[in-house]
Parts: sequence; structure tokens; C-alpha cells
Amino acid sequence: MTLHALAAGPVVDPTSASGVFSLLWLVIALPAAGALVLLLGGKRTDRWGHWLGVGTVAVSFVISLVLFFSLLGRDESDRSIGQHLWTWFSAGDYKVGLDLLYDPLSALFLMLITGVGGLIHVYSVGYMEHDPRRRRFFGYLNLFVAAMLTLVLGGDYVVVFLGWEGVGLASYLLIGFWQYKDSAAFAAKKAFVVNRVGDIGMALGVGLLFATFGTTSFAGVSKLAPQASGATLTAIGFLLLLAACGKSAQFPLHTWLLDAMEGPTPVSALIHAATMVTAGVYLITRSNFIFELAPHARTGVAVIGCITLLLGAIIGCAKDDIKKTLAGSTMSQIGYMILASGLGVAGYAFAIFHLLTHGFFKANMFLGAGSVMHGMEDDVDMRHYGALRKAMPVTFLTFAMGYLAIIGFPGFSGFWSKDKIIETAFENNTIVGLCALIGAGITGFYMTRLMLMTWFTDKRWRENVHPHESPAVMTGPLVVLAALSVLGGLLLLGDWIVDWLSPVVGEHPEGHLAIPGIVLSLIVLVVVAVGIATAWFFVGRNEVPDVAPQRVSPVTRAARAELYGDAFYDAVLVRPGERGAGHMVTFDHSVVDGAAEGLGRSFNGLSGGLRLLQNGYVRSYALSLLGGAALVVAALLVVNI
Amino acid sequence: MTTFNAPHLEYATLLPLLIVLGGAVVGVLVEAFVPRERRYVVQSALAGVVVLAAGVDTAVVTRNLGLFHDKPGKVVAEGAIAVDGPTLFIWGLVLALSFLGVLMFAERKLESGVLSFAGQAAALPGTEAERQASTRGLEHTEVFPLLLFAVSGMMLFPAANDLLTLFVALEVLSLPLYLLCGLARRRRLLSQEAAMKYFLLGAFSSAFFVYGIALVYGYAGSMGFAQIANAVAGRTDGHVLLLGGMGLMAVGLLFKVSAAPFHAWTPDVYQGAPTAVTGFMAAGTKVAAFGALLRLFYVAFGGARWDWEPLFWAIAILTMVVGSVLALAQTDMKRLLAYSSIAHAGFMLTGFLGARSLGVVKAGDISAVQAILFYLLTYGFMTMAAFAIVTVVRDAGGEATGMARWAGLGKESPLLAGVFAFLLLAMAGIPLTSGFTGKWAVFAAAVSAGAWPVVLVAVLLSAVTAFFYVRVIVVMFFSEPVGEGPSVAVPSVLTMLVIAVGTAVTLVLGVVPGPVLDRLGDVAQFIR
Repeated sequence: MTLHALAAGPVVDPTSASGVFSLLWLVIALPAAGALVLLLGGKRTDRWGHWLGVGTVAVSFVISLVLFFSLLGRDESDRSIGQHLWTWFSAGDYKVGLDLLYDPLSALFLMLITGVGGLIHVYSVGYMEHDPRRRRFFGYLNLFVAAMLTLVLGGDYVVVFLGWEGVGLASYLLIGFWQYKDSAAFAAKKAFVVNRVGDIGMALGVGLLFATFGTTSFAGVSKLAPQASGATLTAIGFLLLLAACGKSAQFPLHTWLLDAMEGPTPVSALIHAATMVTAGVYLITRSNFIFELAPHARTGVAVIGCITLLLGAIIGCAKDDIKKTLAGSTMSQIGYMILASGLGVAGYAFAIFHLLTHGFFKANMFLGAGSVMHGMEDDVDMRHYGALRKAMPVTFLTFAMGYLAIIGFPGFSGFWSKDKIIETAFENNTIVGLCALIGAGITGFYMTRLMLMTWFTDKRWRENVHPHESPAVMTGPLVVLAALSVLGGLLLLGDWIVDWLSPVVGEHPEGHLAIPGIVLSLIVLVVVAVGIATAWFFVGRNEVPDVAPQRVSPVTRAARAELYGDAFYDAVLVRPGERGAGHMVTFDHSVVDGAAEGLGRSFNGLSGGLRLLQNGYVRSYALSLLGGAALVVAALLVVNI
Repeated sequence: MTTFNAPHLEYATLLPLLIVLGGAVVGVLVEAFVPRERRYVVQSALAGVVVLAAGVDTAVVTRNLGLFHDKPGKVVAEGAIAVDGPTLFIWGLVLALSFLGVLMFAERKLESGVLSFAGQAAALPGTEAERQASTRGLEHTEVFPLLLFAVSGMMLFPAANDLLTLFVALEVLSLPLYLLCGLARRRRLLSQEAAMKYFLLGAFSSAFFVYGIALVYGYAGSMGFAQIANAVAGRTDGHVLLLGGMGLMAVGLLFKVSAAPFHAWTPDVYQGAPTAVTGFMAAGTKVAAFGALLRLFYVAFGGARWDWEPLFWAIAILTMVVGSVLALAQTDMKRLLAYSSIAHAGFMLTGFLGARSLGVVKAGDISAVQAILFYLLTYGFMTMAAFAIVTVVRDAGGEATGMARWAGLGKESPLLAGVFAFLLLAMAGIPLTSGFTGKWAVFAAAVSAGAWPVVLVAVLLSAVTAFFYVRVIVVMFFSEPVGEGPSVAVPSVLTMLVIAVGTAVTLVLGVVPGPVLDRLGDVAQFIR
């Protein structure tokens, strides 16, 4: 892989917050307070709790907007603002402040998280209406948003880690929200455990940062990074990559994402669009000052991105579960972002651009899928759908906008963002470019398959299922998100987003492509069209079988089994782990307990023996006193004379 | 004709001690002049006020002597009493514990309206006279002046700066306690037997102590600690006298702190004495006696450290072994706590081995005196609270001290069982309790003085002690109750206050020990 010359990333040097920016902490504090009230308030808050949840995030969004426009009004070189809340802990020279960092990158995230998150909150009011634990659900949602905001606003790796773990906790609580279902409880546990592997990377990475630089603040690390050795930076880079893999469901830690669909659908939307999976992309982009100096780590990032974008797309092709198809798609799209961020300064801005547009259209489609499930008695099997476009016109139209965006239909937001990533990939390396191109084709295939099976083809509804359009509180957010899916591309107008992010990620270099950009765009369109046509050929043309056919190619079978990721971990880690645990139990029972109990028994025996001396006769006590005194004096004399 | 020169006394400095002694004397007069029905109120209020006033005055004296401003304190009463940091700390601690003791003594609700002391001590158990005393609701309110006398002894003991004062203090402290031990309202024979044993053995050990004093006087030619220290440093002839004297005096003091092999009285007396007395005695006596032990051996015999240290290594180890191993076989809660207190004495003796020459101690290090004083603080409060809890777990025959009767207490009264479990964990030295910090302090002091083999044993035996503490917790929470199960009597606010204060101190010193430990570091210096 050819890489441009090493250059240090921009130094983070925030000015202290003043004026309207001193409201920054409120953005986190509001949802956090909401979570606190809802989770501690108990039943008293049942009646109005969900509106409190919506309200806190809505106000956070308004503040985020105000902050964004204030930042827009500032000079480009002056767009990095730090707010020191208090000193979290200190030991010797090392000090971790609860510091927030507000700059163009976190500004965009703030709006995405609170905006899309807020829409998802509104939608959930309708979606969870009949759930007796709705108040608790909103408490967890608020916690999720607060944790994610901490993650993107933290001005110190340790503060980011706080949010990072908070996101892990909230996702665990939400994925397992219907914990009475075994599958949900299991999925939550799996998400938590797999994420933990990534978290170890994060913890070790932060530890190594501290050991190397003696500080973990972005300002400190970005300033000192050029002085560190290449090997150290590479190690830090790979550890941060491992962390990103966990949260962003990248190969090889991707296995939790599909199971995580067990959570209520708004949760899936929140995880996939506004929070959680974007954390990895954020971490890598934020750490550009490390990755710019660690080309090998960056190569690793790009490779992981390539693998995952293909892996997710292939899995998406074979799933009949509408949410799992979308989950596969998320993996794949996040793969694009990771790939872009692995391309360095050329790619960071496009990674974030795609992250935003993906946030819009994926939230749109997940909530659309939730709307479909709402009308289909919570059935998720697309083989039981078909011809729903007439029954749910609003959901259909908004979903279609999302569809056109994700396949990259010209003019829609996904077209602009994905095209840029593919272009940048080709600028760097042909193989990477080809992977991205093929991925786009497969995206066209599985999304068209989903569209056809759900909205077109024949009715395959179960008995007693009467699809109906969802209430306005659910379709409202869909309309807003659909509009954003269409118009998200405007962010690229006049290279706005690239210029906007350049103070954070560095000046975008001039690209040099072998062929003109327009030609590449056309090639991408052709490849996508081939994918769509293939889907039409296999799905739209024929009748959709009610039960998934069993006599299929090995590739399909592998894709259905999620490319054997789970089977692999099961064979390599889980089962040996269980066996090992069994052996440990035996060892514990026989050897450890044996030793401890044996020791206990012998002490008990000793105790019983000594007890005989304590016979209650004062004469024997006096004798022991006398004997003791004699011994003491004798010992003193013998030892010293 | 010889002229008699009146001794010069610094009344201001000695005032806390004098308040307590005066209060005790007034208490005796109250018995003579106040009508019977009003005595309880007058006596308990008097005792409480006296102890509080002495406590406040201790703080005043501390400030006036400027102890927090690097002043060493002062030797007063013609050299007989040393008022320095350790003295004042122990005064404060003893007075605080005594206040809790007064509260426990004054508890009347548990015995339906009368004190938990014998109605008429002179009436023989099981006689008509005893029955009458009980139906007439007689009470011995003399327990309050007795307590005050004991407190004055406890205050004088660690402050004594010559051998005679030391001995007088020992007796002033002990005699009221012998009496108090025999005054239980229920199980009177057991109680009287305990008092008798305690008295006989106490007298016996005092004899050793006095003989030790005589030998040391023979060696040094003086009673004063400072002169003895000079003599030891000067290495005059008659080393045998010194060794014998030190040994015999150690016997007397080790008896008081119930270190093995002089511990045999402890379980019997702790079990037989009224529980309020047991709590007060277990906490107060140990505090005072350790104070005296520290001063005698660090100040007077400090120069002969290499002579006595091996002996204390052996005593510390033996005490810990005896305390923790014998506790394993106990089935009575009060005996269990007695052995636990023996084990604690062993742990404190471990800290006692942390004596180092002044020049060796680095800034920020934990000194042995500091560690032991802190341990005494933690031990005193958790012990008071634990014995207070023993008084409220009852059945038809009074306190249900048999451990089997405690089964199922966790269901009957989760809060009380929880608090007791917390105190037991503190005694076991689990982190976030004061017990952990205390153990850590004494072990750290001992290790830095090179006594790591003892610390190794101590750590191992800590695990053994944890076993029997946890067993009580298991019994309370995971065993099915026998028969009707235990019942928790609702005590008056007095006993509740003891439990609450003891538990709160145990918790606070476990979570934020720093301020107290640091402050102790400033004052833990003996004046020489």
C-alpha cells in the first residue's frame, strides 16, 4: 500500500470556554439528569417519564445547534474549545481533569447524537407505548445518549473511556431490555463480553499512552506524539484499533452486532445510527495525531475496514430477518468508514461524512423496519412480508428514500459520501478500491432484495395479521429522517465538510486519480446497477418461497451462518473455555477446598486440644500465670546473659 | 524536725483527671443523700456530664499545651504524670468509650425498667432476699461512681511517669472493675464466679508487678521513668535486676491486655460479667493498659529494646495463635468476642514490635505508637458496638449468648444482623472498615522495623480469625433458626446510640482514615 509521507497531525490546543460555550456541559448533564430521575424516581415518574426523556435530549439538541452556529461564526483557527469541569483524580504529576473538548469534529457528533437520538426518542414514545416498563426504557435511552456524548466530548482519553464504558453498559441494558426472553439476555451478554475484548484494547492503549507521554489528554498527547518512537505509536494504534473493532463491530469482533437485534427496534436504530458503532470511527479519527505517525497501524485499519465491508455485505445477502439484514448492512457501511479513516488525512473527512449520512438513512430504515414490525405483530421474517407498500404508504416512501441513499442513487446523500470513499480508496491502492467497489455492488443486491421482499412481490402475510400504518409519533421522525437521507449530501457542497474538519484532521491533500472522477462514478453506478439487476433476477422475478430453501450453494450457507464467525469462536474459545472452567471447578473442589478444609479441620482439632487448658479452675489459671511469669523471666535472662 | 513540702500540682493540666475523680466522689455522696427513687436519674446524668466535661477539658488542655504545634507536652505533678500526645489521645479515647459505657450502663428498657445490674448484690442468688429485691425493683446505682473510678484509673495508667503512680493507677483501674463484674442481674453465680476469678488472678498478677517494680527500683535507684531510662542507657551494674524487673512488670501489664499466656481469665470474665461491663472493660482496659505498656517500655526501658524485643516477638505470636485458634471452637458469643479481643491484643503487640530509634523513622512513615493508638481507636469503638448488640439479642432467660440461638437473626432483624456482620468484618480486617486500616497500620509499622516474620504469622492468623467471624455471619444469615429463633429486644435510644456511634466510627475510619492517622502522626511522641 502506498502511503503519503509521514506528517504530524494537528495539535489539539483548545481555548477555554466562555460565553455561550460555557453551556457545553449541559449537553451531557441534561440526558444524564434525565436518566437519573427516571431510574431513581420509580413508579412516580411512570406517567410523564417518557416525555422527560424526550425533552432532555431535545434541549440538548437545541444547545448543540446553538453551539454549532456559534462555532461557525468563529475564526477557523479558533474553533477548538475546552471546558474544564473539575479535576477527576490526580496522582503525583499525573492529573485527569473532567475536561470537555468542543471542536468541529465533536460539533458534528453532538448534532448527530442529539438530533437523530432525539428523533428515535420521539419514535419510541409510540413504539414502546404498550410496554409496562417504558419509563425504564427511556431512562436507559437517556443514559445511552449521555454516555455517548461523554465519549465524543471528552478531552482526555480517560474521560473518553468513561463514556466508552457507559455506552457498553447502556447497550447491555437495552439489548437485554426484554430480559425475560432467553435470546435477548444472551444477546446482551454476548454484546457485553465481546465489547469487553475491545475495551481491553482501549484500556491498554490508554495505559500505554500514559506510560509513554505521562499524560492522556488530547492536548498533551497530540503535542508530544512526534517525540515517541514509531514502534510505540504503532502499538498504541493497534490497541486503539482493537478498541474500535469492539465498539464498531468490525472483524474479528463483529459477532455481537447481529444478535444485538434482540433489543427493541429503536435501540437498534440508536446503536446503529447515532451511538455505539460510530464510536470506533470517532476514536480513530480523533486519534489522527497517533495514526498519522503510525503508518502500519493505519494499514491495519484499512485492511480491517475492507474485510468488514465485504463480510457484512455478504451476510446481509442471506438473512431473511429484516433487522439482521440491516445489521449486516451496518457492519458493511461502518467498514467503509473505518476503511476511509485508515486512509489517513485524505479519508478522515469522508469517513465522518459517510458516518453522518449513514446515521440519517440507517436510522430511517431501522425505524421504518420497526414500523413494519409494529404493523406485522412483531414478525421480522421478510418471507412473511410482501406488497406492504399499499398498507403502509408513509413508511414505504420514507424507507425508499433510505434505500436510494444507501445504494448510492445519484443525488441522494449516500451517493456523495460513498463515492468519495471509493474514489479515495482508488487513489491510495487499487485492491482496496476494488474491495470498496465490489462492496457497493453487493449493497445494491441485498438492499434491493430487502426492498422487493418487503414492499413488492406477493402478499405472504400470516393469518390474523393486518398491516397498518403506524401513528404519527412514529411516522413523523421517519419523514424527517427521510428528508435528511435525501439532502445529507449538501454537506459536501463546496467541499464544506472537508474544510470544516481540516482544523481537526489536517489539510486535505490533493488527490490524483488515474481516471477522471466522473468516470469512476459511472463505473460505481454500473456495478450497483448490476447488483440491483441480480436481485431482481433472483427475487423479484420469481415467487419468494415461504420457507428458506435448504438446497443452496455453500456460499449462501456460509453467509446464513454469518460466515461461521460464531462457530469459530464457539469452537476455539467458548467450548475450551467451558471445559477449562469445568476443570477449574474440579480443581477448586478437590485441591483448594481440600487444602482449606483440611487446614480448617486441623485448626479445629488444635482448638479442641487447647480448649482443655481452659478448664475454668482458677487454680490452673493461676498456675499458668505463674508458669508464664517464670518463662518470661527465664527467657529474658537466658537470652541476655 | 523534717519539714513537709507540699507538692506542686499543675491543676489546669490535670483537670480532666480531677473532674472524673471528683465526679466519682460526688457520686458516692449522691448514694448517701439522694432518695432512692431519684438516684438513677441523678447518677446517670452525673456520670454522663462528668465524662463529657472531662472530654471537653481534654480538648482544651490539648490546645493549651500546643500539641498540634510541635510542642511535646509537659511532665507534671513533680514528675509523676506525663501529659503528652499519647496521654491526651488516650484520655480522649477512654472518655469517649466511657461515655458509651455510661449509655450502656444506663439502659433500663431491656430489663423492663431496671438496670441490668443486680438489684441487691448482697442477697445470695436463689434466696428470698433476692426475690424481694427483684419485686421491689431495687437497683445498684453505685455502678456509676464505680465506673467513674475505673475511668480515672484508666486515665492515670497511661499517663503515669513513675513506677508508683503506675501501680496506683493499675489498682484504681482494676478494683472497681472486679466489683462491677460480679453485679449481673441474671446468671448471678456465673457473674460472681467471674468477679472472684478476676480478682484473684488480678491480685496475683499485681504481686508480680509490684515485685518487678521493686527489682527495677533496685537497679535504677529511682521510680521515675526518666531516671530509669538514664540508668538503662548508662548500663550500670545489676543487669539481672533489670531483666527480672522488666519481665515481672511485663507480666502484670500483659495480664491486663490479656496477652497469652496470661489470658486465661479473659473468656471466663468476659462471659460472666454483665455485658455492659464487658464492653466497657474490653475497650477501656485495653486502651489504658496498652498506653501504659507503650510508655513503660518505650520510655523507661527504651534503651534495653534489644533485651525485651525477642520476648515480645514470642508473646505476640503466641497471643495471636491462642486468640484465633481457640476462638474457632467457641459456641458462646461473649466468649467468642473474648478470644477475638485476645487476638486483637496479639495484633497490637505486633505493632508494638515496630519500635524504632527516632533517627531511623522517615517522614511519612507510620510509627509504632501512631499505629497502636489508631488500632486502639478502631478496636475500642467496634468492640463497644458489638457488645451492645449482644445485649439486645435475647430470649426468655435474658441475653441469648449461645451462638446457636443467633441462627436466623438475619431474617428476624436484617438491620441489626447486618450491622453486626459489618462489625465482624471490621474485626476480621476487611477493607473499607476501620479494622483493615488498623491492621494495615500496625503491620506496616512492624515490617519497617524488621519484624516481618511476626507480620507473616499475623497475616496468616488474620485469615483464621476471618474464618470464625464469617461463621457467625453464616449462622445469622444462612442457618435455619432453632425453635422459636432469636428475638431482638428493642432497646432504648441509649443502646441504639452506642451501636450507631460504634458502627459509624468503624465505617468512617475505614473509608477515610487519612485525617485521623495523619493527626496521630503529629502527636504520637512520648515526652521523655
